[in-house]
Amino acid sequence: MWAANCHRALRRLYFLRLTLPNITHVIENEIKHWLLRPRTIRLLWIGFTVVLSALALADVFLHPHALFDVDGTFGFYSWYGLLTCAAMVLFAKALGVLLKRSDTYYDD
Amino acid sequence: MMISSLPPFAIFYIGAVILALAPRGARPWIMLLIPVAGLGNMATLDDGLHLSFALFDFQATLLRVDKLSMLFGWLFHIAALFGAVFALHEKDLSQQVSATVYAGSALGAVFVEDLISLFVFWELLAVSSVFLIWARRTAKAYAAGLRYLIYQILSGVILMAGVLLYLYTTGQNSFSQLSLDNTASALIFLAFGVKCAFPFLHTWLTDAYPEATPTGTVFLSAFTTKVAVYSLARAFPGTEMLVYIGAAMTCFPIFYAVIENDLRRVLAYSMINQIGFMVCGIGIGTELALNGAVSHAFNDVIFKGLLMMTMGAVLFRTGKINGSDLGGLYKSMPKTTTFCIIGAASISAFPLFSGFVSKSMVMAAAVEEGYAWIWLMLLFASAGVFHHAGIKIPFFAFFAHDSGIRVREAPINMLIAMGIAAGLCLYIGIYPWTLYSLLPYPVAYLPFDTTHVLTQLQLLFFSALAFTWLKLTGIYPPELISTNIDADWLYRKLGPTLVKNVRVLYLRAIAPMRHAVNEGGSMIAQLTQRWYGENSGLGGVQTVGATIAIALLFFAIILVWDLLAA
Repeated sequence: MWAANCHRALRRLYFLRLTLPNITHVIENEIKHWLLRPRTIRLLWIGFTVVLSALALADVFLHPHALFDVDGTFGFYSWYGLLTCAAMVLFAKALGVLLKRSDTYYDD
Repeated sequence: MMISSLPPFAIFYIGAVILALAPRGARPWIMLLIPVAGLGNMATLDDGLHLSFALFDFQATLLRVDKLSMLFGWLFHIAALFGAVFALHEKDLSQQVSATVYAGSALGAVFVEDLISLFVFWELLAVSSVFLIWARRTAKAYAAGLRYLIYQILSGVILMAGVLLYLYTTGQNSFSQLSLDNTASALIFLAFGVKCAFPFLHTWLTDAYPEATPTGTVFLSAFTTKVAVYSLARAFPGTEMLVYIGAAMTCFPIFYAVIENDLRRVLAYSMINQIGFMVCGIGIGTELALNGAVSHAFNDVIFKGLLMMTMGAVLFRTGKINGSDLGGLYKSMPKTTTFCIIGAASISAFPLFSGFVSKSMVMAAAVEEGYAWIWLMLLFASAGVFHHAGIKIPFFAFFAHDSGIRVREAPINMLIAMGIAAGLCLYIGIYPWTLYSLLPYPVAYLPFDTTHVLTQLQLLFFSALAFTWLKLTGIYPPELISTNIDADWLYRKLGPTLVKNVRVLYLRAIAPMRHAVNEGGSMIAQLTQRWYGENSGLGGVQTVGATIAIALLFFAIILVWDLLAA
């Protein structure tokens, strides 16, 4: 809260041309929310990649009793999740072209 | 221990009357007290049938206490409780009373043992709930509420027709398992289907729920559809058609949810997706499947309630609910963000969150019964729900691009309500045995099998990868202010347009006829004018003397005529 107030005060000062623009820039970086810091973002990327690879490779040790045919393939749950979701978004996007109207469509 | 046979709905109905008469300041607390008293009453209910009385030629029974009705009984009390906490700041009497009557009607419907009483509570559910939509007091909410009411009453009318036919053909009034081989059962099935949001009958839900008040939607999302799920589980377990209807319900809303901008409407679509799992489980009909279906209903009310509450809090604080207007709210509403993520993880069935322990039972049952394609559809739907409810909701509301909106954290009562629901999501997810002990059949299912946990994580994480990849490459469809056409287009656009056009065509077709009639009419008018008008021989008479003279003349003619005729 203190940081946010500080930030706001500085922004106001900048707006009134009482300080130099690059000072607010520096301060802004200093008080950035931890989620927005480049370091956090890099760590998130690394963590995400490690978890994904570990999960994908888990299939080497994992032998899910194939229930039907298709789910016996290597990394079935991984590729099925990835591909169906990507296909779903693409299909939904195409559907959007067909189904989207202005937000006042039903009003008249 | 004291044994009570007070039907749960009675506490809510009496409570609603007290609520209406109570002073303003006391009302929110009374509303809170009602489900608490109800929970106390629930604990003392004795198994079996109670409160039977003769109704016309039939027997009505208001209280059937068994595992299935008790599960929904507990659930509806919990939902009424966190709903009341969430609405503790609410001053609107109409919402307080209608929410209480609504919750009571849902309890009435799940505890009755006969079809006539079921019909009565079915209609009361419809009539009491619509005020939660109208209480938004906007033109849009009013119109959506009317459409909602038409659907709900339609469901009631179909149910009445089905029940009357059933009473007439079988002479039975008991609400128990039915087979879908006669018209009466088919009508009852259809009535349940409308309230359960079957495909093409679902638009009342996605139309009206997002238009209700921030607190109203929390109540709405808990009761109506779950009463329908209960009714299907009671009357139609093992009906194969439900497997396919359910699977369709899990899949089609995903596409709509992905392109929908109003985040509460996204949740409404995802609600149909979750009900799909329950309907599918009821259709499969084995003990495992039915346990899965009703336990998923239990969990869904809690995590969907939680998600609706977080979005309600966002709407309450910012006045906005469109993904295109929101973003970056984690800075000002960090607690709400956390609760939303817990709800999102639960609906996505992450291990250790509530959805995981119930949804997987339905999936396992589909495998056991050899429904390969259905299983693939459910698996796709599981990944898809993570996409639109698990990622999209928290992402566009609380993260994404910073909208610049800075508000206060949600009020304390809302945070407590969300806390209760989030706590339950985690508790059931980590220790599912309490929930399992409430299920209608003994549970031999072990959710935390290593393979199962890992395969579920693979599915979810790679679904998240698809989102990340499409978002970063800019392929993911942007949030746009728009309306997406759904089946309601039939009666909101096509119908009115047809009626309008038919009217124009009709007017055009009868134009010559009207012309002829007009012409004929005016000709008669002209002739009348000429013969009897003010300038005609008769009509032109202006003085009393002339009038008397004409009258005498006619008199003389009649006299002469009379004489001659004689």
